[in-house]
Amino acid sequence: MEIKGEYRIPAPRETVWQALNDADVLRECIPGCESLEKVSDTELTATVKAKVGPVSAKFSGAVTLEDLNPPESYRIAGEGKGGVAGFAKGGAVVHLADDGGETILTYEADAKVGGKIAQIGSRLIQGTARKLADQFFRNFAEKVAPGSTQGENAA
Amino acid sequence: MSETGIGATVLRREDRRFISGRGNYVDDVNRPGQVYAHFVRSPHAHADVKSIDTTAAAAADGVVAVLTGADVAADGLGGLPVGWGITSQDGSPMIEPPWPIIAQDRVRYVGEAVAVVIAATRNQAKDAAELVAVDYNPLPAIISTQDSIKDGVPQVWDDAKHNICFDWGFGDADATNDAFAKASHVTTVDLVNQRLIPNAIEPRSSVADFDSSTGEMTLWCTSQGPHAVRLLLGAFVLQQPEHKFRVVSPDVGGGFGSKIYPYAEYATCCWAARRLGVPVKWTAERSESFLTDAHGRDHITKAELALDGDGRFLGLRVSTIANMGAYLSAFAPLIPTYLYATLFAGQYTTPAIFAEVKAVFTNTTPVDAYRGAGRPEATFMLERLIDAAAKEVGVDPVDIRRRNFIAPEAFPYQTPVALLYDSGNYGAALDKALELSDYAGFEARRKASEAAGKLRGIGISTPIEATGAAPSAIAGQLGARAGLYESAEIRFNATGNVTVFSGSHSHGQGHATSFAQVVSDKLGVPYENIEIVEGDTGRVQMGMGTFGSRSLSVGGSAIVKASEKIIEKGKKIAAHLLEASVDDIEFSGGNFAVKGTDKSVNIAEVAFTAYVPHNYPHFTGDPEADKNALEPGLDEQAFFDPLNFNFPYGAYVCEVEVDPDTGVTEVARFTAIDDVGNVINPMIVHGQIQGGVVQGIGQALLENGVYDQGSGQLLSGSYMDYTMPRADNVPNIDSDLTITPCPMNPLGVKGCGEMGTIGSPPAVINAIIDALSGYGVRHLDMPATPQRVWSAIREARPAA
Repeated sequence: MEIKGEYRIPAPRETVWQALNDADVLRECIPGCESLEKVSDTELTATVKAKVGPVSAKFSGAVTLEDLNPPESYRIAGEGKGGVAGFAKGGAVVHLADDGGETILTYEADAKVGGKIAQIGSRLIQGTARKLADQFFRNFAEKVAPGSTQGENAA
Repeated sequence: MSETGIGATVLRREDRRFISGRGNYVDDVNRPGQVYAHFVRSPHAHADVKSIDTTAAAAADGVVAVLTGADVAADGLGGLPVGWGITSQDGSPMIEPPWPIIAQDRVRYVGEAVAVVIAATRNQAKDAAELVAVDYNPLPAIISTQDSIKDGVPQVWDDAKHNICFDWGFGDADATNDAFAKASHVTTVDLVNQRLIPNAIEPRSSVADFDSSTGEMTLWCTSQGPHAVRLLLGAFVLQQPEHKFRVVSPDVGGGFGSKIYPYAEYATCCWAARRLGVPVKWTAERSESFLTDAHGRDHITKAELALDGDGRFLGLRVSTIANMGAYLSAFAPLIPTYLYATLFAGQYTTPAIFAEVKAVFTNTTPVDAYRGAGRPEATFMLERLIDAAAKEVGVDPVDIRRRNFIAPEAFPYQTPVALLYDSGNYGAALDKALELSDYAGFEARRKASEAAGKLRGIGISTPIEATGAAPSAIAGQLGARAGLYESAEIRFNATGNVTVFSGSHSHGQGHATSFAQVVSDKLGVPYENIEIVEGDTGRVQMGMGTFGSRSLSVGGSAIVKASEKIIEKGKKIAAHLLEASVDDIEFSGGNFAVKGTDKSVNIAEVAFTAYVPHNYPHFTGDPEADKNALEPGLDEQAFFDPLNFNFPYGAYVCEVEVDPDTGVTEVARFTAIDDVGNVINPMIVHGQIQGGVVQGIGQALLENGVYDQGSGQLLSGSYMDYTMPRADNVPNIDSDLTITPCPMNPLGVKGCGEMGTIGSPPAVINAIIDALSGYGVRHLDMPATPQRVWSAIREARPAA
């Protein structure tokens, strides 16, 4: 499964990087995010409501920021349990490139699910993950530089 | 032949109830005060269960209890038993891992239960199940049958090195190797017999009710054999004594093997009912059925056939890896061994055969018998191999089969793989199949298809099968841990009508009709005066249940035996009434008559006399006078343990039309000729065969149980992805019969329930490969989906 995307954000790279590490920004941008609390600089706990095909569930779990290479790249990873719906885990490697005072954000995401959500919705995972990733980065770009979303899902 | 006796087409009397919504299924059973169970199931294929927090669930609305594997262990419940033991080639016994009814410490497949929530309503149980917090530590999983025995892959059980449950050998290896050494040609095929998921229309269900004042447990469950469930769950899991354990399987909506086994959910309901003092009910949701009903097939096989210069078979060598899943289901070890390799002779005289079967554990749902159970796998292997050989040596597929058929005068025929075939005329069945299918006219139909841009192919399969597994003594030597008899009781009531108690179980086979036909025929009692009772250990004396197409040949024969005892006693009563000698009494058409006179008495009058014994040969206490004395009553019981299996066979011809642009395969014509010995009800026999053919077409073209190879998630876990055959996938099936009576039972019948499923998949695949032969396609795995057929064409077609 390969989910990729690219956004041009009319803001300096340092600003974008700060936003990527800001729990408040992440909370507002993660689709279906009901809560996101910072445990440390790189560890957060989250509750996210998501729907895959006919199965909708509330996932609670951890979000971690890994492989930090400021202000260029990191990996944001999440793992949640959705009760009888099963579990979901996934993440995205995010790259920021400086381009004449603006920032080009590229990401590569992956997702894995288990339990009922996989049994019923396995064929829909790819599409759902793609949609959620795109929504997140679109929200993010909009948040960092309002009115900027010229983004394109490149996958 | 009467209109309702043996051989008559009688409409199934039970169907009125079923099609008008008045069947009585387990989910229709409700007990006062009952509560509902909902299972919390593992989303991981392989994981350690670090902890389970049931606090929130236990406090939720309506929750009566939340039970886990720790409670199972604390209450000392046994694990689910295995009903057949297999010994490996090196003499070691198979690995038999423990299988607790709720997982303890570790889960080994997606869907394995880790807890059960019991609540006042179904929805409360489901809601509370959401609150059970299970902390898993996921482990790497092994899914692939092929890869399971490789070095370095995850191990399901520590005891089972390389995941091998047993490594079994069967046949004469030396003789087989010699045959290959002198062969003028050897054909080899590599085959996959894919995993299937049973999909009975009625999901599994159970209701358990424990009476603490008497200590009696009653379990209603969807079983093909309630007596076996009583024995296995009572003795091995629950320690509930048999005489205080009643198991009832009322109407059951399809089983196909998957409802033979004593499932953990049934045991859990019993245990919880006993522990909590309230009736407990569980009914599977369809998603649960996909994950937890025992799956079928899942073999990988390499098969080699040695031939002489005339296309005669000299030897057969087969090596199979059979996937058992994560645990050993009740009859799992039997399926890829004695129900598989014993069929390798097929309808042919192959003198030397050797089979090796490695049974393996993987992190998947346990695999067990599914309609045909080992015999479809054997037949697919053999009939595909023969077709491949025919192509390689340039002999017509019909001719190569004829050259190797066992001759009709050779019966009883001892095969090199243990079985003694009872009777058959294989050439006659093939002749009839070729005629009915208009085999000779195929070329014209092929050209017509070609003109329409379609590829037409024809395929043959000449299957044999072994039904009514027997006898108990031999089965015991081969590892069976149960008997293989069946029992029957015929009870005349005082008013002349009859209640028949049979240990068989009908879950779609029509026993209420065909068994009544047998009794009506044998005893001359009007059909409508006969009631068949099955599926209740509280009413039926004993039973082994229905599997392996045994109901009529074994259960029906027990009924015949009981009717013979009825006639024997009836003759003595009639002799008294008619003031004649017992030796002079003849029985025919329901009447006892004095030979050579017009004096007779009907069996109904005899029954009345037996229960109102005013004029009766009572005991007097005088030994001389009491030689002809009788007890009152007319109620006889019999057990029948056959001398041998019986061997139905057939000849199947399939014609397909393939669209080369899309890969879509249409089964254009299907002809099934079967010989199932004598026939009690032709309509039911044709219905069984046609249903089986449709199920076989499902395997050949559509169905596939697919797991994600890395994570062990069941990907084809709903009807969005698991494709059942539907009316538009099958043509009108032309089925007909030849009749070679079976010498092994008093009815002369053979099993008919699985033939269609066994014979049809190779006929379909042979036909598709024939259709694609112009492209040089030699091999195609099941299911032959449009994508696979299209790809095979693209790969084989020379680059443009």
